[in-house]
Amino acid sequence: MPFHKPDRGAIALAKKRIAGIIAVLLIGSGCAAVWHPSIAPLAARPAFPPGQIARGAELAAVGDCAVCHTVSQGRPYAGGRGVPTPFGTVYATNITPDPDTGIGQWSAVAFQRAMRDGIDRTGRHLYPVLPYPHFTRASDDDIAALYAFLMTRAPVHQITRANDLPFPLDNRVLLAGWNLLYLNPGTWHPDPKHDADWNRGAYLVEAIGHCGACHTPHNALGAEKDSRALSGGEAENWYAPPLQAASKAGQPWTEDALVDYLRTGFSAGHGAAAGPMTAVTEELASVPQADVHAMAVYVASLMPKSSTVVASAAGGAGLDPLFAGACGGCHAADAPMTRNGAPSLALSTAVNAPTPQNVIQIMLNGIPWREGKPAPYMPAFGAALTDAQVADLATYLRKTYSNQPAWAIAPADVAKMREAL
Amino acid sequence: MIRLNINGHVHEVDAEPDTPLLYVLRDDLAMNGAKFGCGLGQCGACTVIVDGQAVFSCLMPIAALPGRTIRTIEGLGDSPVQRAFIDEQAAQCGYCSAGMVMRAQALLEHNPHPSEQEIRSTMAVNLCRCGTHMRILAAVRKAATAMGSARVTTP
Repeated sequence: MPFHKPDRGAIALAKKRIAGIIAVLLIGSGCAAVWHPSIAPLAARPAFPPGQIARGAELAAVGDCAVCHTVSQGRPYAGGRGVPTPFGTVYATNITPDPDTGIGQWSAVAFQRAMRDGIDRTGRHLYPVLPYPHFTRASDDDIAALYAFLMTRAPVHQITRANDLPFPLDNRVLLAGWNLLYLNPGTWHPDPKHDADWNRGAYLVEAIGHCGACHTPHNALGAEKDSRALSGGEAENWYAPPLQAASKAGQPWTEDALVDYLRTGFSAGHGAAAGPMTAVTEELASVPQADVHAMAVYVASLMPKSSTVVASAAGGAGLDPLFAGACGGCHAADAPMTRNGAPSLALSTAVNAPTPQNVIQIMLNGIPWREGKPAPYMPAFGAALTDAQVADLATYLRKTYSNQPAWAIAPADVAKMREAL
Repeated sequence: MIRLNINGHVHEVDAEPDTPLLYVLRDDLAMNGAKFGCGLGQCGACTVIVDGQAVFSCLMPIAALPGRTIRTIEGLGDSPVQRAFIDEQAAQCGYCSAGMVMRAQALLEHNPHPSEQEIRSTMAVNLCRCGTHMRILAAVRKAATAMGSARVTTP
């Protein structure tokens, strides 16, 4: 998605787009079988073998369930986090086994239907913000393990607030049409041309990890464009870079670099995870090394094998005074942080991205401390620099540290991103 | 020459435009309240207020400051925040205190009724090596009450 500058024309276009979306969904819904039965509530919570619960915990970490289904400082899996979408805000539900407000009455069959078809226990459609088009590929055993894990969490009584979606997108019947168009049922099939590790990784990335939910561009109806899978997308006002041939990484992403990055949130040749990716790496830190390695094997196989030519960025004389005074202490050539392994900005994914979103986000918010965890940190400059100064500095970084086409950034673009914080 | 508006007075400063504000305050203007801790925006000892918001003056090039309003601890006068820090004995060695006071001041000017979580997340970027954080938090709560806010929720 291009760096957005909404104007009247864009808003009119968006309205037309929404009208088009609704028309398509209505036609689709009309054709689809829209009625799904309610599945009888569980009388009592079943017991599960410890091994199955433990496996479910690992899969829940790969799938980042807690990232959306927990509010900041909230009880794990109790829901309530608002997930912003181009259509409005959808609130993640309570997936603790509380019988009234969570999934305590859900049988294994009901849980499997939610994961595979996006239908809740009562027969109601779930919005595809829940990435069931990915989860539908998961194996029966893995869905059962996730169920065992979630049903053995501490139940939390917490009602999920209503979604903030405009009429008529708040009508879930429309999702029957969406599913007809975009949900391709069927579990994952290994590719015999590749080894077990690659296939394991592909399965974890596609079926459980749902990396494409952010890293694949979405169409006007919010579905992933399968023809451009993992070619770069957007999430919560952050740009999600390509995980395949379109990657502009200055150094090729190797399996080892990906394992480092995914498990620690930092890779010496590429930089630090930030924005929505931070939580993903925190979750993957607890996943067995072999699984993260398999994911790395798969993603590395999609990535370019050779480097993109990076800017030389000599630095030294002629540094922009804003850069020298605000950034140079860490990012200038031979600054203390670069001696500790931080890469040159010329290698930064954010600086080489097609849009300046991530550079502006990181300048405004920094990379916050993660309490009690050794992790990358950058102070926030949102208070120190004006919108015009952030725009100038981002433009300077692009010109100095990247061979990619220049960004056109107006102070108003920065102001918009501040508002969205 | 760069003109800086500090504590209501305009100072003409003869320094390179990339010079951090902290160096100008301490070396050129003899305002030694803000401290040099890490020089990398990681400790908060140098915190001052620019346009109403707390910033690390060690990462604040003076080129970014013309036309903006700078406040340092020297210009705070008799803020209830300082009084509360004294009352709560919130200093051990005192090196972080000026920065802590300025960050708390900016918080309470923006948000006179901060929750415990808001106080903690705001103050988290300023470090105290002596370990007086609990007293500092008590001082910020006390200052919030003194500055006319009754509601400070506990976690």
